[in-house]
Amino acid sequence: MIEQKHTIIEIPVTGLLKKTEEYHTKGYRLVQIGCTPLGDRYEINYTFTNTSYEFESLRITVHDGDEIPSISGIYWGAFIYENETHDLFGLTVTGMNVDFQGHLIETRIPTPFKNPPSVTKVPKGGDAS
Amino acid sequence: MSNRIVVPFGPQHPVLPEPIHLDLVLEDERVVEAVPTIGYVHRGLEKLVEKRDYKDYVLIAERICGICSFTHSVTYCNAIEHIMGIEVPARAQFIRTIWMEYSRMHSHLLWLGLTADAMGFENLFMNAWRLREEILDDMEATTGGRVIQGSSKVGGIRLDIPDEKLGEMVDHLKKIRPLLEESNRIFTHDQTVRHRMRGLGVLTKEEAWELGAVGPVARGSGCDMDVRSSGYSAYGELGFKPITLPHGDCLDRCLVRSEEVLASIDLVERAVAKMPDGPIEEKVKGNPNGEYFAFSEQPRGECMHYVRANGTKNLVRHRVRTPTLTNIPPLVKMLAGIELADVPVVVLTIDPCIGCAER
Repeated sequence: MIEQKHTIIEIPVTGLLKKTEEYHTKGYRLVQIGCTPLGDRYEINYTFTNTSYEFESLRITVHDGDEIPSISGIYWGAFIYENETHDLFGLTVTGMNVDFQGHLIETRIPTPFKNPPSVTKVPKGGDAS
Repeated sequence: MSNRIVVPFGPQHPVLPEPIHLDLVLEDERVVEAVPTIGYVHRGLEKLVEKRDYKDYVLIAERICGICSFTHSVTYCNAIEHIMGIEVPARAQFIRTIWMEYSRMHSHLLWLGLTADAMGFENLFMNAWRLREEILDDMEATTGGRVIQGSSKVGGIRLDIPDEKLGEMVDHLKKIRPLLEESNRIFTHDQTVRHRMRGLGVLTKEEAWELGAVGPVARGSGCDMDVRSSGYSAYGELGFKPITLPHGDCLDRCLVRSEEVLASIDLVERAVAKMPDGPIEEKVKGNPNGEYFAFSEQPRGECMHYVRANGTKNLVRHRVRTPTLTNIPPLVKMLAGIELADVPVVVLTIDPCIGCAER
């Protein structure tokens, strides 16, 4: 089994632009931006690689309503993933170089991959508080 | 002073097998800017992973695309197998590699035919698709399916190919190789093809890397990028070398694909020559728990399947980054500055697969 080398580095949202800039300076390519909904939060992976296929992912954790700075000022092509994240997960990405305003991926149900709202189970005959 | 107008291109257009929309901002006949929109065939397949057994989901992963279907199922299986630490038997890895190369051949021949058709070169179109049928015949004979095989599973493959049949497949490829070389000669030397594609939609090596281009789009710009170099499945034992060309125009993107068809034949021949004996699957017990980013080289380029599992039979997340999605920003760059009449040919040269891109 050949293991493709992949390092995951967890960082705060505030450090995203600085770390991304470092990858750009080192000549890394942006491979993808992918979001994972995890109940009450979202993990977003920013994956980069060098020419030797050594993958590295920056991982940030955000919640509904948080603002994520766009890296499209550093990697121009990032707009496609950032608009996808916005359209499917309903997350706010600020400062995108090409902002489709929610119209890149048009789905019948808006933001279909968003975390479902937490539901309070009401006991039979009781009142929801 | 020139006037700016916006011309809508797609989602329905004779050169587009699948729907993508481009708002083309024109100054006279020249494209100044192209703004893409997708979302016409979004199926939410990734979401289904939360409701399906991770083993059954292989069949859904395969249906992400009707062309690079087999590679999708293998990449998904690779991710699960890595998380669970399953050692896939060598014979299964070799047979997977053979089918992946057959997928590449039929995908590239499909694309070469479509490109010839877009240029109005009908004979070349028919020739490419006639040759594709020969490839599909072998796929059908060994898996039962022409474009959806359903023959990969977590832990290995469902079907073996008998050694006698492997020999027949190599003989068949030897027979059609001269026909493919003749077809490639037309793409390389014919005046009509060269005139239509040389110097058109140029993407430099630096731009390709910077914008995240993958597959034949990147290799046609001189980037030595091919995930097969990392040696996944059986590629590490087959002496693989990527094909690159330097000009970064439509013709080089076309020639990379036509050359790769012949390279795929070589890989299949080498895989058959080195085919190990043994079982074709490893028994899978339990459920996956962990995460893995699996990469593969599809006909259209680098593909990523991210799998996140929590120890239950349903996965937490399956995220697919397909080559078409990452080739959209390079396409936007290629379109800026060209004539309106050239747009269909340039769009076609990224081999857009919107079904893949939207899942």
